[in-house]
Amino acid sequence: MTDLQKYVDLTVEIITSDGRVIVGTLKGFDQTTNVILAGCHERIFSENEGVERVALGLYIIRGDNICLIGELDQERDASIDLSEIRAAPITDISRR
Amino acid sequence: MVCFYYFLVSTLRIESRNTLIGHQVTVELKNDLAITGILSSVDQFLNIKLDDIRVVDDTKYPHMMAVKNCFIRGSVVRYVQLPASAVDTALLQDAARREAQTPTTAAAHTMNR
Repeated sequence: MTDLQKYVDLTVEIITSDGRVIVGTLKGFDQTTNVILAGCHERIFSENEGVERVALGLYIIRGDNICLIGELDQERDASIDLSEIRAAPITDISRR
Repeated sequence: MVCFYYFLVSTLRIESRNTLIGHQVTVELKNDLAITGILSSVDQFLNIKLDDIRVVDDTKYPHMMAVKNCFIRGSVVRYVQLPASAVDTALLQDAARREAQTPTTAAAHTMNR
């Protein structure tokens, strides 16, 4: 059985179906992939400027809207200068 | 489509003798992101866990540079590319045919046509 138990209390990066990237601490989940994220922030990618960080706080995300949940390697994350990264946002698949 | 689904789930899932867990696969998502990694687990929703991941076009998608393993929701999976060397297609086709003939799955198959 595939579940998210191993990711609880770790920093995770969630890619939503509308293409947003949200980073926070996974506090809970259920069988439909609804998740609770504590202390999270959104990373807004853009082609013209560096990555913008927007603080969000505590979020519950409904499973329908989730594409992917990745465990963030904090060391590797700290070594990346987000202000230098230029990239188009991930495609929105929520309105298809 | 239903047949394909059983084909895929039965290929990827447990089946202790003939599993793809531990092999390298590439999962393409509906948002065009393609991720290569070691298949760690799969469940009945086709949710997939991958270890040691790499985004195929990492210059276009630097969004996951610091992610080493991930959980992919089954509903957003478009393709799973399997290593040809790890798949016995004749055996699989046969398994999928047998699965489609069982009463419950056969009914689902008819309903979806």
